[in-house]
Amino acid sequence: MAIIRAETLSKTYRVADKQPGLAGTLRHFVQRRHRDVAAVKGVSFTIEAGEMVGFLGPNGAGKTTTLKMLSGLIHPSGGMAEVAGHLPQRRQADFLRQITLVMGQKQQLIWDLPPLDSLRVNAAVYGLDDATARRRIAELADMLELGEELTRPVRKLSLGQRMKAELLAALLHQPAVLFLDEPTLGLDINAQARVRAFLADYNRRHGATVLLTSHYLADITALCPRVLLIHEGGLFHDGSLRELSSRLAPCRLVRLELEEPRPAAAFVSYGEVEACDGRDVRLLVERERLTEVVARLLADLEVRDLEVSDPPIEELIGRLFRQGAVT
Amino acid sequence: MRVWRQGDAPRRKRSLGQLVWGLGRRLHHGWRVARALFSSQYALMLEYRAETALWALSGILPFIMLGIWSQLAVPPAGLGPGSGADAGGIGLDQVQLSRYFLCAFVARQFSVAWVVYAFEEDALQGRLSPYLLQPLQPLWRYVAAHLAEQLTRLPFVVLIAAVFFLLQPAALWIPSPARIVATVLAIWLAFSINFLMQSCIAILCFWSERASALERLLFIPYLFLSGLVAPLQVFPPALRAAAHWTPFPYMVAFPAQLLAGGAVPIAASFAAMVGWISLLLPITLLLWRAGVRRYSAMGA
Repeated sequence: MAIIRAETLSKTYRVADKQPGLAGTLRHFVQRRHRDVAAVKGVSFTIEAGEMVGFLGPNGAGKTTTLKMLSGLIHPSGGMAEVAGHLPQRRQADFLRQITLVMGQKQQLIWDLPPLDSLRVNAAVYGLDDATARRRIAELADMLELGEELTRPVRKLSLGQRMKAELLAALLHQPAVLFLDEPTLGLDINAQARVRAFLADYNRRHGATVLLTSHYLADITALCPRVLLIHEGGLFHDGSLRELSSRLAPCRLVRLELEEPRPAAAFVSYGEVEACDGRDVRLLVERERLTEVVARLLADLEVRDLEVSDPPIEELIGRLFRQGAVT
Repeated sequence: MRVWRQGDAPRRKRSLGQLVWGLGRRLHHGWRVARALFSSQYALMLEYRAETALWALSGILPFIMLGIWSQLAVPPAGLGPGSGADAGGIGLDQVQLSRYFLCAFVARQFSVAWVVYAFEEDALQGRLSPYLLQPLQPLWRYVAAHLAEQLTRLPFVVLIAAVFFLLQPAALWIPSPARIVATVLAIWLAFSINFLMQSCIAILCFWSERASALERLLFIPYLFLSGLVAPLQVFPPALRAAAHWTPFPYMVAFPAQLLAGGAVPIAASFAAMVGWISLLLPITLLLWRAGVRRYSAMGA
């Protein structure tokens, strides 16, 4: 059963348009000009309860705006969102008890107090009795490997410890739907891995639905069997990463290590030469021709090593974003 | 386009017992939230106790005004301060003047509001977003912060008052318990008025990112009409009458006169305060509802 539903969801911001320089400043002071910026353009999707879905897109693609609309923080300009049976923008108490929105680098913990003080407030706000609050804090702290950090002022915690404490605060009321906006932003590789492991564990234990944005594709590949790729405000892809890879690049990457160096021109008949550095060659070969091309390469050249793989998804998505070539 | 409705299911009729039980639960929940918010904010304010002390010290404007008014109110020859002479024909002798400005200082200390600045910063920094996504009206957090700050100020205010009495022993007096209770209530209502007025301006952050500039517009009328710089008795009658049509005299002058033992229309003043709160509260809530619709999570 769908727990999140977006139908032609859109959001348009009105932003001030000011030219640089003194003349622009004076003109702006006398007569303000505004223009409408469509941050999200008619996005539709549904997410089933318990799913972990990655939300991909470049900066300004509309990911965070979509999360804010789904969490009820901002009102959509058009279309409709339904989350856990509620219209998010109404922000009814029953709805708010079922969701959480975590924004990396933004905090809800009180900066100068230990996280436990903020957790006590959250427990009271969400109506948890003392025993339940203590039990949940202990359970989440255990999952997040937090201990005495909870009694240290937040300002004294490292970025990773702070993020984990933020997650604890955001999940204390055991929400059914988690909106996570860059939860690993700025963390080192170990801290990222721990947060990922925690999210996977939380999803497994509580059956929570997770919609996650991240610039670190490792977060998405580790956690999300399904991805939504949003580009220029519209939904470009809804499916697995592998499907996305096929769609973005109907080619496979063939890496060759040769006995003797060859010029790039020698490989044009096999496929698109992505890189040629003497003995090391990288070719993009259409999937339908792969078997034939590999056979020819092995027959024609002295190959020391050959490897076939999908092109790195980061590269494909990056290329898509750079080209703006959405079809 | 589909129409999505919620809460369309007919409401079950509840028995009186269920209603009482539900109300009890809500009160218990409210009490727990209030206690948790207050204790965390008090802990926070204690972290900033030095800053709070400085804020308390910075509110000594009434003492400066006392110095000015005392100079202007030269008593007749042969009579010194505390002689009981009318200070400059304003209907207050030197002792009453001293008590008035001390009480104005106390009233100001416990009715001051700074929600517009805190709210504006939270809105601009994106800290408002998590508050909006919790099942608690965010303004309650600011109420708790103000009350916690008032409790933190208390020892500093007592200390300043003690120093004042050391310097002006003639001004020492002990108000009656009834006056103290009435003053506490008056100061609490004065704080409510001040908080609601500032909240209305703070909510304008949803439209204009720098709403605190508007607060400055209120500061001048507040300064003069509240009785901070002069007792209202010194105002021309027409201006004094006009001032009483604004909320400002109830924010400092009324609680101060009440505590100082002056003759004030107590019932009428309390009624006026309740009236102002009854007016400001719905305005605040309406503005909030409209503002939240506009909110675009600045900085979030």
